[in-house]
Amino acid sequence: MTAAVRYSTPAIVLHWLVALLIFVGFPLGLYMVDLPLSPDKLKLYSYHKWVGVSVFLLVAIRLGWRLTHTPPPLPESLAAWQRRASTLAHGLLYVLMVVIPLSGWLMSSAKGFQTVWFGVLPLPDLIEKNRELGDLLAGVHQALNFTLLGLVILHVSAALKHHFIERQPFLQRMGWSRKERT
Amino acid sequence: MKLATLSLLAVLVAPAAHAVEYATVLPKQSSIGFEFRQMGVPVKGGFKRFTTQMQFDPARPEAARASIGIDLASIDAGSPEADDESAGKLWFNRSAYPKASFVSSEVRALGNNRYELRGTLTLKGKAREMTVPVTYTPGKNTATFDGTFVLRRLDFGIGEGLWADVATVANEVQVRFRIAATGN
Repeated sequence: MTAAVRYSTPAIVLHWLVALLIFVGFPLGLYMVDLPLSPDKLKLYSYHKWVGVSVFLLVAIRLGWRLTHTPPPLPESLAAWQRRASTLAHGLLYVLMVVIPLSGWLMSSAKGFQTVWFGVLPLPDLIEKNRELGDLLAGVHQALNFTLLGLVILHVSAALKHHFIERQPFLQRMGWSRKERT
Repeated sequence: MKLATLSLLAVLVAPAAHAVEYATVLPKQSSIGFEFRQMGVPVKGGFKRFTTQMQFDPARPEAARASIGIDLASIDAGSPEADDESAGKLWFNRSAYPKASFVSSEVRALGNNRYELRGTLTLKGKAREMTVPVTYTPGKNTATFDGTFVLRRLDFGIGEGLWADVATVANEVQVRFRIAATGN
């Protein structure tokens, strides 16, 4: 087996960092929205926004890296439709990873709360306070997130299926080990 | 010493212009707003309904008087959720204290159309002496009085209990007001 089975190390680190942040930010968002107003709720909202801004920045770096580095080829055993589905799903995941934080940022501005990353770095309000728009963007943010959830389930299931059921060395593509197994 | 001379000068020079006493407040051109920090995020709000009685003659600033009554139910605390929360016992306890008031006790001219307004602010049953700088801007028919000061919410028990944590909601609230009035 050639060395090209594994993504580059920066791509792998970025993949797992973003994955970790999404796995924190998503349930946090689900949990916090229905809480009664309290200092804890305000804190959780801030943490959620900090996670979102971090995802946004990391994904910007990721996209830059991805566009300048070719990922390892998919195993030859994969059918043409699977390759197309993979390209489409990865493309959509990238789109959502950009659009979801963006919709959250705009929603926050529309609701009259500037986003201040880590309570230190203020992001500009791109739109003015507007309650109707804020409610609309909240709906958009939620719908996009559930679309992401569906895609992540698909993404993880496909990787596991190729690895464990079809016995392709699939997880190594995004794995920590530099050792190539055949 | 310098200040005293300046204010004396202001008192002596001002009457020469024209003696107008501003006493009719224009509510639509007047506003009371505030800004505070919540998790490091600036949040703006204000009160939509308040009544102001005032008398101000630039020729005799020391005789000026002002009193403001604020309907706390007219609050915009930044979001509908916060508006509702602010009515509760931990915040304004609005069912027991529906209004806030400010009554002036002394006005001092500082010169350059600037004044120092002393008075008592009563909020949530607590009365505190305050000194507020006010800038007077004469206009054709309408004069405006602008002021800004920092109110420490915990001095008045605004946001008690779990809300007393100033790391989440800051103690300092920047208050900004503009009172517009016509002369007679």
